[in-house]
Amino acid sequence: MKVLIPSALRSYTEHSEAEASGATLAAVLADLDRRYAGIRFRMIDEQDRIRRHIRIFVNGKQVRELSQPLDAADEIVIVQALSGG
Amino acid sequence: MTRDSTTPAVQAQTRAPRTQEMLLMVATRKGAWLFHGDAARESWRVDGPHFLGHIISHLVLDPRDGRTLLAAAKTGHLGPTVFRSTDLGRTWKEAAKPPAFAKAPAGSPARAVDHTFWLTPGHAAEQDVWYAGTSPQGLFRSEDGGITWNPFSSINDDPQYRKWMGTVQDGTPDGPKLHSIIVDPRDSAHLYFAMSGGGVHESVDGGRNWLPLLKGLDVVEGFDRADATFHDPHCIRMCPSNPDRLYQQNHCGIYRLDRPSNEWVRIGKSMPKQVGDIGFPLVVHPRNADTAWVFPMDGTTVWPRTSPDGKPAVYATRDGGATWQRLDTGLPEQAWWTVKRQAMTADAFDPVGLYFGTTSGELWMSRDEGSRWTCIARHLPEIYAVEAARRP
Repeated sequence: MKVLIPSALRSYTEHSEAEASGATLAAVLADLDRRYAGIRFRMIDEQDRIRRHIRIFVNGKQVRELSQPLDAADEIVIVQALSGG
Repeated sequence: MTRDSTTPAVQAQTRAPRTQEMLLMVATRKGAWLFHGDAARESWRVDGPHFLGHIISHLVLDPRDGRTLLAAAKTGHLGPTVFRSTDLGRTWKEAAKPPAFAKAPAGSPARAVDHTFWLTPGHAAEQDVWYAGTSPQGLFRSEDGGITWNPFSSINDDPQYRKWMGTVQDGTPDGPKLHSIIVDPRDSAHLYFAMSGGGVHESVDGGRNWLPLLKGLDVVEGFDRADATFHDPHCIRMCPSNPDRLYQQNHCGIYRLDRPSNEWVRIGKSMPKQVGDIGFPLVVHPRNADTAWVFPMDGTTVWPRTSPDGKPAVYATRDGGATWQRLDTGLPEQAWWTVKRQAMTADAFDPVGLYFGTTSGELWMSRDEGSRWTCIARHLPEIYAVEAARRP
């Protein structure tokens, strides 16, 4: 499925879009990390929590759990809050 | 206005010097810079920014090979990582497994590394070993040159140590930090570390077991000095010329420890009363264990963390802390910046060069052990750490 990548993470993907597959958000992020080593840990901490300034949307709706089931036609958008100085 | 400033500050230059024998590693809130200096320490070639926009807490050269650099990095919004270069910063590769706490058992408080704060190369005989200290406070070790990192369960998961560490609420404003990881050059199994909230600790068995080293240290009035929780060391240095001697800049004074004694002596009591003995960085002489330098700060009222009265000065002792001399020639008469705990260092030249970076992004140096100071770079981001290395 298509995953939109925020600018802060494009040093990993080199593009604003990436392809990844999996039946859950956790599986998709694991697949993404296989393709772009290190990208998952910048978004998900070691306790499997989505980091504070990262938001993940599936088909326009925010998802908070990595166990969220996904369909191959879903579109994932990863957003990184831009704030601070 | 500067005090007795002789020549204009040696500004950062882009011209390559004839020889490059000095390397200054400057970590800032917005990236890292390398300053390559000639043998006279007068001409500097600037290489940077590296990782523009990343918060770099520490940038350290591996003295065992003279070319491997590790950088502790994060951005304001992404998780932490470690970058590694084996060609002095020409190329970088991210650690495959950065420092991270173990997965918490169900029902237990779960911690995640916010940032790696401190990096220490391992013993000379343990090639590829590195240690890292993090915020929240955790201790980590790599055995492959910083590519993969594993937690010290003896600290990170020990109930007593977890109690001493407290929570993020007990720490400094940008998070409690494990710092000052020291490896005894005579014995790779002899280790020290300090926690910004949690005291000083020692292991003689490579980190399997640890004991606090608190005797003689003051704590804030009204608290129990026997409880490691209330001890706030800021910076600890071991003397290269005498590894039995440690100096410490603490929240409550400047101390010296001569092993095998376990009792710190508050040598800061001989500092001028109007200046006091509060500060963050401390630097030791590479060849003379009686000489050390500090950068005092205003620790009164709400802790402004500026120089007392806004008059920056380094103080030096050349007799193990019995007396101190003010060294401010060339420094501004009035300035309100601060020098953080990792932002002051020394080289191994004779006379020793001293360096510090400020929260206002100025890089200062002295080629004569602090007698005269010159500014070698301005307008950098807030400087978090400065390290110096003499390259072969």
